[in-house]
Amino acid sequence: MSELAGEQSSTALARMRTERRRGGRRGAASGITSPKKGPAALASYAVILVLFLAFLLPFAWLILSSIETGSGLNASPTWHFTLANFKAIMNVATVYQPMLNSLILSAGTAALTVVCSALAAYPLSRFHMRFGRSFLYTILFATGLPITAVMVPVYSLYARFNLVDSEPATVLFMTASSLPFAIWMTKNFMDGVPVSLEEAAWTDGANWLQSLWSVVLPLMAPGIVVVFIFTFVMQWGNFFVPFILLLTPDKQPASVTIYTFFSQYGEVAYGQLAAFSIIYTAPVIALYGVLSKFLGGAFNLTGAVKG
Amino acid sequence: MTVATQSPRTARLPLNKGGARRPRRVRRLLGRLLPLGPALLLLAVFFAGPLIWSVYTAFTDMALSGAATTEFTGLENFRRMFADPVFVKSLELTVIFVIGSAVIGQNLLGMLLALILRGRGGAVRTIVNGVVIGAWVVPEVVAGFAWYAFLYKTGTLNAILGHFGLSQDWLYTMPMLAVILANTWRGTAFSMLVYSAALSDVPPELLEAAAVDGASSWKRLRYVTLPLIRRSIVSNLMLITLQTLASFGLIYVMTGGGPGNASSTTPLYMYQEAFQFYQLGYGTAMALVLLVLGALFSLIYLRLIKLEDS
Repeated sequence: MSELAGEQSSTALARMRTERRRGGRRGAASGITSPKKGPAALASYAVILVLFLAFLLPFAWLILSSIETGSGLNASPTWHFTLANFKAIMNVATVYQPMLNSLILSAGTAALTVVCSALAAYPLSRFHMRFGRSFLYTILFATGLPITAVMVPVYSLYARFNLVDSEPATVLFMTASSLPFAIWMTKNFMDGVPVSLEEAAWTDGANWLQSLWSVVLPLMAPGIVVVFIFTFVMQWGNFFVPFILLLTPDKQPASVTIYTFFSQYGEVAYGQLAAFSIIYTAPVIALYGVLSKFLGGAFNLTGAVKG
Repeated sequence: MTVATQSPRTARLPLNKGGARRPRRVRRLLGRLLPLGPALLLLAVFFAGPLIWSVYTAFTDMALSGAATTEFTGLENFRRMFADPVFVKSLELTVIFVIGSAVIGQNLLGMLLALILRGRGGAVRTIVNGVVIGAWVVPEVVAGFAWYAFLYKTGTLNAILGHFGLSQDWLYTMPMLAVILANTWRGTAFSMLVYSAALSDVPPELLEAAAVDGASSWKRLRYVTLPLIRRSIVSNLMLITLQTLASFGLIYVMTGGGPGNASSTTPLYMYQEAFQFYQLGYGTAMALVLLVLGALFSLIYLRLIKLEDS
């Protein structure tokens, strides 16, 4: 897992070299056999370039207008750079409090999710149970359930028990909604720890909890980190759930307050909104970098999805 | 010696069979299931519970305003729903949104990117991957702001298209196209990653053999690659369809469902009815329809893979 990440950078160069060599050879051969190859390769580079620009352009505005003076929604750059937008929003009410709320909600959810899914994954990974398989498939199915559709009944449940606008209750719901995928991932990571390593602990009279805590979890620490970060990142960006369940502005996370900011000052203070967006997005990008280091590229994550 | 030690065991066995054995096995099974407890409790209370509750609520006139009592109204919510032109329109828009941005946009673009980047040099691949995945990692709301400004009257896109005399206020003239493009931009990375992983499992010998037999690159894709990765295609389609079906934040930020109801997909209409007009029963009935729609899409995909198998 993590060795892949280290390998990636070192093999990237080697791969590039061999590919260039191969490409060169192919190029030389195609000169004789198929003259079509040249334009085709050119066309595929053109497609790559167009797609690259199409994906880049919406970002470009965001970064540019955050550091420009007096930027409204106009695209034409003024080329006068300043940090005034950042300075204007760096205060408790606008940035610090919502970011702290986001941190509490996301970290609380991630911690609770990791604990619950590590416990739940243990019997699913270790014992061959009659209902294990079907339980796992139910879990996987629940992963895909549209959260939006569950929100209305959850809200009426919360309203009935007076739980709307309560942070702990919100964390509990966010945990429940991230559990299905977290259990699935944790179980896959736990399957990678051989049972034979646990047997020594068992013969020493350790019960399942001791063996899970002192043998299995330390060996799958990178997997635990992945599940934690993944859950954290998902909840950091979660807009709909806190938008519905938390009403007091002091309790709302950045995803909700940034939307309020947008609907109130969006047209006039776009530069500030852009600056806020960048501050709000930065932790996610950083954590994603850590995540892909642990996973050796994002491929393994989607490999886990593949089943 | 051996006989002596064995005999009590065999003698005790029939005794245990009826009484102590079964409870012990049950207790052992319960002990093993114990760690599942916290997760199951949370899932039951906050996931399965509301879902079952929603089936009940959908058949009542539950509302948070005025009437204190909730009455069972049978199919009234569903009758009202399909007589409500805004709801029927929202269902249409949802299907258009899913097919346009997930099935066509994310799926095909992700496939194209995976195919075109396969065997590409490290630098190109890293940069393009970085930008595409960046769009995926950025929080939903921020993606909404970025696209709002990109498509704004005086935004980046119009500044470019202005040179060709094509500029217009996209969010008003064609809001559906705007949100479809934005959602495609945001979700393509997932399909790209799934397909890159799937393509790396396709044995190169097969493609080489087909090439030697004179198959064109289109034919190699159609008859060798696609059949080999069809399971990934189906699971990818299912996941992105269900995600797109429930998409709320992006559309809400960009158009708010407007102008009028022109981009109000079912989740947005549901939000409006349930949380702005407090018609919880009516909103829940819509949520159920949304779940049924998701199940229908999944069935179609599973059916397609069966057809391909036979």
